Amino acid sequence: MTKLLKLLSVTVLVAALAGCASTGEVGGSSDETTGAAPGAGASSYPYGRGGGVSGQAVTGGPEASVADRVVYFDFDSAEIRSDSLTVIEANARYLVANPASIAVLEGHSDERGTREYNIGLGERRAQAVQRAMVAYGVSPQQMRTVSYGEERPAVAGQDESSYEQNRRVEIAYSGNL
Amino acid sequence: MMLVGLVLGASGVRAQDLTIEITKGVEGALPVAVVPFGVDGPIPQDLSAIVSADLQRSGRIDVVSSESYHDRPTDVSQVNFPEWRSRQVDNLVVGQVRTEADGRFTVQFQLVDVLQGTQTMGYTFNVGGDELRRLAHRISDLVYERLTGERGAFDTRIAYIKATGQPGSTSYTLVVADSDGDEPQVILRSTEPLMSPAWSPDGNRLAYVSFENRKPEIIVQDVFTGERSTVASYPGINGAPAWSPDGRKLALTLSKDGSPSIYVHDLGTGSLTRLTHGNAIDTEPAWWPDGRSIVFTSDRGGSPQLYRIDSNGGQPARQTFDGNYNARASISPDGEYVAMVHRSGNKFTISVMNAHTREARIITEGSLDESPSFAPNGRMIIYATSRGGRGVLKAVSVDGRVEQSLVSRDSDVRDPAWSPYMR
Repeated sequence: MTKLLKLLSVTVLVAALAGCASTGEVGGSSDETTGAAPGAGASSYPYGRGGGVSGQAVTGGPEASVADRVVYFDFDSAEIRSDSLTVIEANARYLVANPASIAVLEGHSDERGTREYNIGLGERRAQAVQRAMVAYGVSPQQMRTVSYGEERPAVAGQDESSYEQNRRVEIAYSGNL
Repeated sequence: MMLVGLVLGASGVRAQDLTIEITKGVEGALPVAVVPFGVDGPIPQDLSAIVSADLQRSGRIDVVSSESYHDRPTDVSQVNFPEWRSRQVDNLVVGQVRTEADGRFTVQFQLVDVLQGTQTMGYTFNVGGDELRRLAHRISDLVYERLTGERGAFDTRIAYIKATGQPGSTSYTLVVADSDGDEPQVILRSTEPLMSPAWSPDGNRLAYVSFENRKPEIIVQDVFTGERSTVASYPGINGAPAWSPDGRKLALTLSKDGSPSIYVHDLGTGSLTRLTHGNAIDTEPAWWPDGRSIVFTSDRGGSPQLYRIDSNGGQPARQTFDGNYNARASISPDGEYVAMVHRSGNKFTISVMNAHTREARIITEGSLDESPSFAPNGRMIIYATSRGGRGVLKAVSVDGRVEQSLVSRDSDVRDPAWSPYMR
């Protein structure tokens, strides 16, 4: 929890320093908007480690690339890894700034193990992301979860690298469905 | 999104979609020759060829080719016993087909004991042309049972899911085929995933999970009329439907009230009863043949194991203690064995547990074996596995000694369910 609050506060600070048109309060709590919705030509970015697969800043929302809307997991785990926080935070920011927007959190597993049990694992992962998004201020009404288990792999291989890419939650917006 | 339901028995795909490969057979198999049946004209099916193939893939019968022999007895009275004894054939299947004036067929077959010089068994049937294939499988069952003492499962069907295409553009079909993979018929086509087909005990309906509405729902479909009805579409998971032995209820997995739990849905009254509680994943219910208890997968102990609970609810009792992953039970029709997915090292295999002694034995090699389903004679198990990156089906005998693969040319096949005996 502390880590999340820290990230949020730093984000607010950066936004303030960057001189973005911000009507939010400085030094915020975890459930307020950190700034107005990005205006045309102005986008704020979270300060955090890495960010996206390419190392570029992560933006969330329906226009974002798939890489900026996917959270990955360790084998047999539904724990949010620290390197996923930028993706979650960026998408949380979008949802907070766009209260009419709905996101579907699609949970997946790799193919090992039984199919229906993997549906359960996928749901656990989607719910973990949902809880993290709520911690970043997103209203639960803006999110729904669905688990595809192992039924919708991102890649077809049967090696560890493929399995890693399949253990994921994808954040999908109406525009992406 | 395209969703097409087709009717079983209407124009289906006649071409062979799955090919059978026998990968293991039993030593000391009984030598039997199946002589081509006598016919009085063109017949829509080659009955003796179907019977030969059935008996051969049982792995317990060594079908001796009779192609090279001049004599073609079609009745026991025509059999030259010394000649066949010299060919080292113990049993003969002979038969004849007569076309009737109304277009139907009269089929007579006999099982002949070459050593004794007598007829062991003989039957005459009258069927339509579209019933010939099924009749051939019934003949295989009769011959197999007489020779081995075990009930055959040739006149049965399998349902399975076929997935074609790459991730992102996969199409899914629910297929019903003969137990040898022949005569596959698509009964549902979808652009969204399909899973977990389950036969009703009367063989008339299939329950399955469909994501056609972008979330999992449980649907029951009449196999012969194509009529569908949605049984469960609650928020969250709707999964793993399992028919009670009397066909009146479906056990299923729902997560609408929290973590995935086992519920029982009464198909007559529509009532829903929750059986399990807690924060674990409880799923993959399977009914005991007497209908009084349900075995299911749960990770309440930390990792998936099998548990058993009274079908009216109560305290679940853990059933498996071997290793740290046991899931997806299938119970033999006589209640003697429980097949399951068992992880051994990092291989997923099929193991069979004796229901009384709790001794379990791994009967497959792995490493991605799943979805075991017992044949209605309790002697064979069909399951899904991966070969060369492609999903295939395999049938293995309960003792692991006999095995065949069912392979699709261009698709992944998975999630098989062996039908009950067809009425």
